[in-house]
Amino acid sequence: MTETSDVRTPVLSVRDLVVDFPLRRGNFRALHGVSFDIAPGEVLGVVGESGAGKSMTGAAVIGLLTPPGRITSGEVYLQGQRIDQLPEAEMVKLRGKRIGMVMQDPLTSLNPLFTVGQQLIETIRQHLPLNEAEARARAVSLLEEAGIPRAAERIDSYPHQFSGGMRQRVVIALAIAADPELVIADEPTSALDVSVQAQVIKVLKKLCESRGAAIMLITHDMGVIAQIADRILVMNAGRIVESGPVGQVIRHPREPYTIKLIDSIPTLNRDPGAPVPAEAAAPEAAAQDAYVRVENLTRDFSLGGGGSFFGRLFGGESRIFRAVNDVSFSIRRGETYGLVGESGSGKSTCAKMIAGLIPPSSGRIFVDGADVWSAEGLASRRRNVQMIFQDPYASLNPRWKVGSIVAEPIRALKLTSSRAEIEDRVADLLRKVRLDPVAMRKYPHEFSGGQRQRIAIARALSTQPAFIVCDEPTSALDVSVQAQVLDLMSGLQEEYGLTYLLISHNLAVIRQMANDVGVMRQGVLEESGPVDEIFDHPKAEYTRMLLDAVPDLDKVA
Amino acid sequence: MFAFILRRLLQSLIVMLAVAFIAFLMFRFVGDPVEGMMGVDARLSDREALRDRLGLNDPFYMQFWTFVKNAVQGEFGISYRLQQPVTQLILSRLPATLELAVVSASLALIVGVTLGVFTAIHGRLPPSTRETLLALGAVLGAGVAFHLLGGGSLLWTLGGGAAVFVSTAFWAKRFFSQAIMAVSLVGVSLPTFLIGIGLIFVFAVEMKLLPSFGRGQTVQVWSGWSTGFLTKSGLLSLILPAVTLSLFQMTLIMRLVRAEMQEVLRSDYIRFARARGLPESKINFRHALKNTLVPVITITGLQLGSIIAFAIITETVFNWPGVGSLFVNSVQAVDVPVMAAYLLFVALVFVVINLIVDLLYYLVDPRLRVDGRAGRT
Repeated sequence: MTETSDVRTPVLSVRDLVVDFPLRRGNFRALHGVSFDIAPGEVLGVVGESGAGKSMTGAAVIGLLTPPGRITSGEVYLQGQRIDQLPEAEMVKLRGKRIGMVMQDPLTSLNPLFTVGQQLIETIRQHLPLNEAEARARAVSLLEEAGIPRAAERIDSYPHQFSGGMRQRVVIALAIAADPELVIADEPTSALDVSVQAQVIKVLKKLCESRGAAIMLITHDMGVIAQIADRILVMNAGRIVESGPVGQVIRHPREPYTIKLIDSIPTLNRDPGAPVPAEAAAPEAAAQDAYVRVENLTRDFSLGGGGSFFGRLFGGESRIFRAVNDVSFSIRRGETYGLVGESGSGKSTCAKMIAGLIPPSSGRIFVDGADVWSAEGLASRRRNVQMIFQDPYASLNPRWKVGSIVAEPIRALKLTSSRAEIEDRVADLLRKVRLDPVAMRKYPHEFSGGQRQRIAIARALSTQPAFIVCDEPTSALDVSVQAQVLDLMSGLQEEYGLTYLLISHNLAVIRQMANDVGVMRQGVLEESGPVDEIFDHPKAEYTRMLLDAVPDLDKVA
Repeated sequence: MFAFILRRLLQSLIVMLAVAFIAFLMFRFVGDPVEGMMGVDARLSDREALRDRLGLNDPFYMQFWTFVKNAVQGEFGISYRLQQPVTQLILSRLPATLELAVVSASLALIVGVTLGVFTAIHGRLPPSTRETLLALGAVLGAGVAFHLLGGGSLLWTLGGGAAVFVSTAFWAKRFFSQAIMAVSLVGVSLPTFLIGIGLIFVFAVEMKLLPSFGRGQTVQVWSGWSTGFLTKSGLLSLILPAVTLSLFQMTLIMRLVRAEMQEVLRSDYIRFARARGLPESKINFRHALKNTLVPVITITGLQLGSIIAFAIITETVFNWPGVGSLFVNSVQAVDVPVMAAYLLFVALVFVVINLIVDLLYYLVDPRLRVDGRAGRT
């Protein structure tokens, strides 16, 4: 650290912090002597892959390490006052009052059974000597400050009545309720859409400026750091690899790890030298060429009440929500079609209908000329169409061995019955996704996120499908792992001539992988066409907005 | 909300009709009631007259209709065994059962939830060897000391040991929660009648503290309701059966609360509540406990139903004059009207409790209030 020349005492000062997890099988050292300072009003971005110890550092500072983790040595100072050795009773008084925290997932960090107001008032009254009415007034102004429109009306709503981005604003309001000097934001935007992400970052930045609070921003997203942070701290395996002003580190990274991390981030701009995915020839190929053809796809959901007998009897008019509205596109054999849009735009509903998981309300889907939802199309669909899901932690049965997971489609479709042959095929599949065949005797929890997603890919390949629907295949993964998985996917595509439908909210991933792209908004396909054309010359207002919202490393001043 | 309640009521009605049908079938297939009433040497014409009078010659569905109509009016006929109207018979036994059920359910809920929360909070890590030895030594030592002090009487020995054991909840929390978990296993696995007999042996036979059977003295409160709550002997006689009946439910609720609460304590919003600087007591009893309640309400509701409906074993062991023992005696005497009425009574209890449980969900969990559109923009 070279920032000690600053005359002011740093808000937070961490010296040689070591965190240990004494486990049954020996000691696991999560942090190996981490030191850094944060000056008042400064935003420090902490980046690194999962397991690098970023969140651990935040948890150690606020004194919320999950047992048996503990600080073995090192010092933490808040405004010059040592806090790592404070007794729990003193620490409780610090939390919320002097150190606020914003956690990753806005959907789970609010208690679902209490109104937003109740949770805010409770926190405010815990730290400030206000009565109920004053605390309520303060809660309303906090919500307004965090960017929630009509806060006075919405304060008595429950968390589930807010969208993800709005909930994260509530969480931010909660974190700053007692004017803390330091806010630890642990992946505050990772669970949000790009456009929402940009708004939340703006809120954080504004609050930090207006209140002079220091922010420790923990994220794996370099783009977010580039947008908001003053200084950056790159962590790997419990150590600080590199630190310095944002612009300097991103433009001239010195350490190989940092260089690798920055290189693996897919960008919106295509490198001039990079090969264009597959052959972009025959742009106006006739629809007959299309391997997958989606025609006027529509899906309605009934919002309860209306559908049932008594709902109709007692005047609850049936409320219908049109999740997908008249969507048509086609994918040529061996190519990738990207579908982008914010959450709730109907991307995943589309994917589920195409993969045959939910029936469409109207419209037709043809794969290789056969209607997926007709009786004879069903059989070939089960074999020809496979799916890769977003969360590799949730999409693999934790009680099954990898071998059984990969073999399940083979068994279910009775492609072969001999045990030896199944085993051969599974071993072959695992080799295809660059995993050791020994993996088949292990359980999913023994693998990392990226390896699990490979297992999911192996399972999708097990029926030798021609078409794979990938629903956010990399959004739960680290950037460097994401790059590996995407590489694997394009490798397999070239090798076996696979056709992909790739759904992602990450525009850069789509740019890198897809030939054609469709932009969805509120169930409607706003715009569809070749990737380069749409990304470079967007016609729809919404597409332009989405592209603008992407945090770009190149924009760093 | 209104539509929901109406729908549930309709469902309940269907359930009740189905049970009524089964109860009605009992009359048809558990022997001919006329045979039982008239004896073997009755004349055929007399039998025929009785059949007519009882409506047994009507078509099947007419008989069922009559049965349902009477049941709705609370008419279940005359008990074969006691020659009294069944409704009156059940109503006279009902206070005993309900009082027992209310006391044991409250006991199970209060103790079960408290211990469940306690073990969830303090039982995350096993106690240290030192703590275990210290606590065990204290409990055994106290037992021996009080044994000598009280001249070898069981009351002093057990009482002293138990008092010190309870005190470990304050100074050896992890040991206490571990010990409670172990003891609760016994509570779950031992059959009710054994626990009842064991309690009678210790507290009634050996210590002569509590009565071993009956309700003690009862007082008529208002028309037909006799309560044991107002006399000393009534309250004393309530203790053993209530404890026996509640023990299983108590351990069940405790283990359920513990498991649910540990799950909730790991959740993000609890971590966030900590990060907001809320004190532990608020986190545990306000934020965590309320989130534990939904599954607990489900199980507790069903258990309460079975406490009321199936207190049969406990009532038999303690010779408790409730509905359960009436049922047992009726089964022995093939007293079909009583059995049929009891069947419907049990179904009613469960249906009502389930309805209440469903409404409680709405109260506890705002996410279930589909029509709560107040905050939606």
